[in-house]
Amino acid sequence: MRAIARRLGFYLVTAVVAISLDFLIPRLIPGNPVDAILSKAQGQQFSPATIAAMDEQFGVNTKASLWAQYTHFWNDVLHFNFGISVSNGFEPVSSVIRAAAPWTLGLVGVATLISFVFGTVIGALVAWRRGSWLDNLLPVVTFFQAAPYFFLAFLAVDLFAIKLGWFPAEGAHQNLDFPAVSWTYISDVLDHAVLPALTIVVASAAGWIVGMRNVMLTTMDEDYVLIAAAKGLPRRRVIWYAARNAILPSVSSFALAIGFIVSGALLTEIVFSYPGLGLLLVNAVADNDYALLQGIFLLITFAVLLANLIADFVYVFLDPRIRQEA
Amino acid sequence: MGIGTDQLAGGGPAPGAEPPGAAPGRPRRNRALRLPRSGKILTGLGMLAFFILWAIIGPFVRPYSPDATFANAPVPLPPSGAHWLGTTQVQQDVFSQLLVGGGRMIGVALIGGVIATAASVVIGVTAGYLGGLADDLLSMLANVFLVMPALPLLIIMVGFLGQSTSGNLFVIALVIAVTGWAWGARVLRAQTLSLRNRDYVDSARIIGERRWRIIASEILPNLTPIVATSFLFTVLYAVGTYAALAFLGLVNPNWSWGGMLFYAQLSNAELTGYWWWFIPPGLAIALLGTSLVLLNFGIDEFINPRLRTAGLTRKSGRRRLRPEFALTPVIRPEVRTGIGTGIATGLATEGGRR
Repeated sequence: MRAIARRLGFYLVTAVVAISLDFLIPRLIPGNPVDAILSKAQGQQFSPATIAAMDEQFGVNTKASLWAQYTHFWNDVLHFNFGISVSNGFEPVSSVIRAAAPWTLGLVGVATLISFVFGTVIGALVAWRRGSWLDNLLPVVTFFQAAPYFFLAFLAVDLFAIKLGWFPAEGAHQNLDFPAVSWTYISDVLDHAVLPALTIVVASAAGWIVGMRNVMLTTMDEDYVLIAAAKGLPRRRVIWYAARNAILPSVSSFALAIGFIVSGALLTEIVFSYPGLGLLLVNAVADNDYALLQGIFLLITFAVLLANLIADFVYVFLDPRIRQEA
Repeated sequence: MGIGTDQLAGGGPAPGAEPPGAAPGRPRRNRALRLPRSGKILTGLGMLAFFILWAIIGPFVRPYSPDATFANAPVPLPPSGAHWLGTTQVQQDVFSQLLVGGGRMIGVALIGGVIATAASVVIGVTAGYLGGLADDLLSMLANVFLVMPALPLLIIMVGFLGQSTSGNLFVIALVIAVTGWAWGARVLRAQTLSLRNRDYVDSARIIGERRWRIIASEILPNLTPIVATSFLFTVLYAVGTYAALAFLGLVNPNWSWGGMLFYAQLSNAELTGYWWWFIPPGLAIALLGTSLVLLNFGIDEFINPRLRTAGLTRKSGRRRLRPEFALTPVIRPEVRTGIGTGIATGLATEGGRR
């Protein structure tokens, strides 16, 4: 368990760095964010108390020392107080995020899982059947690896939603009110989720395919694979032995990949007008809603750290050598 | 991306090992120029050259000004003789915008790539060579930046910078580099670590070479392929990130490819079937990215010959090759012409751990 403890410590450090960056960026970058918000939101009434709260949040017109501001910021973060969202009728940022986050978490979580399983299996197959027609997949994969998620989303909407009419093009469900959880509602939500999820899977599976293929090719040269084959084990068992070991780097490089996938998924949501964090993000950008941007950054960072922690647990479960170390 | 780098970190190129691209009969070329001439590298280089040419001459050959408006139509017009790629919602020429947008994209990508790679070489090699506390701190920093999701961080940075400053290409490239250096630094650190205790470095140390000289003339030359892949990777990252930021409308969206998609999305071009508006810029970004990925694959195969595919399916012709356990075929183009069998097959110990 020492491996896990060490990783846990690292994630704590990362969380502290993320919170500190969240605090420092508005104060380091030249310009006055509060003025920017006020100039953008013409016509809206800002009470003096609101302006004072924003001054405090972004560190303008304040006499408090940087350290005092910093400790105050920490106090706010620990109480889930991220300020108010200018673009959402002065609602607290935390409640705005809470309404949007489940959609993103559900969509990205499921799509990432599918893409990992699918990509890894395909990658292992491509490596195993090296020299067969499956190698022709690689140029296609290269293209998908390089294409921006949101461009693929454009294509998916144009082709499957508009031209073929198989799936709805926009939104997460049909009714705006939250109806009772019924089968029609669930199937409606699933129907709306298929295209965005498909986009994310197609765009992100490329990375897993290439990664798994490359490691699998190296693993197949290992002596234990040769011995397994020499013993006359069935082909399936031998592939399984090789694949089980080849998957380890994929699991450990999860940390690198998840950030890319989340970023891409946020942009995908925008194309599909999916009511998650991505759509929130683009509206916040358009309205200079800095408090909301900061809140979303922290939430996404924590979600990614949590996903990494889970990947670490899976790694320890998969690789006995790590368990031995402790 | 970023997956499969473990080979780079772990196996790495054996310094001084004969690269497979070097033909025995030919006169030895300069070390730096001995690029493997695989199909992937050539295709990638060709595409990249095309895009660089596009970036340079695009603004001069555009048929119209990208922000001039034309016909008085309420909807975007499909491609025609006058407008090869049709017009946008406000009747601007899509083809002209596409030509002009290349320069910004390539500019930001290259500048961002250079800055990020320079940072990752300095930080990665320093951490790997010095070791100890410096290594711990620098590695920690790199890992923190690797784990933190880049896009939201970029959005706050660029958001607080404001529209006026973020129109500056150098500022955007710099901001992108801030979030893009860590991957290269980690890979370079790992490789430096494995080079540090090789015999030739030890002997240089015993002779009494100065530290910076050992780094510059013993370590760095052997890191070249990894520096190259990490440069290509950061350029690719910058392409995607710049497109994403422009697509969000964060950086001066006028006449960049991402910005064209931003406007197309604002007008719901994908819902109304105005494909000539969003397919060209998206395809341009995707193909530019593909050229970089191809180059990266090519260099990966140069580093680790077992990853090669070319020739296995087509060129081996009737003699179909079935890879068996522990027998990874390694293709050597020179052997093919010389002996005529086409494929040299090596045992694990021979082809693998050089």
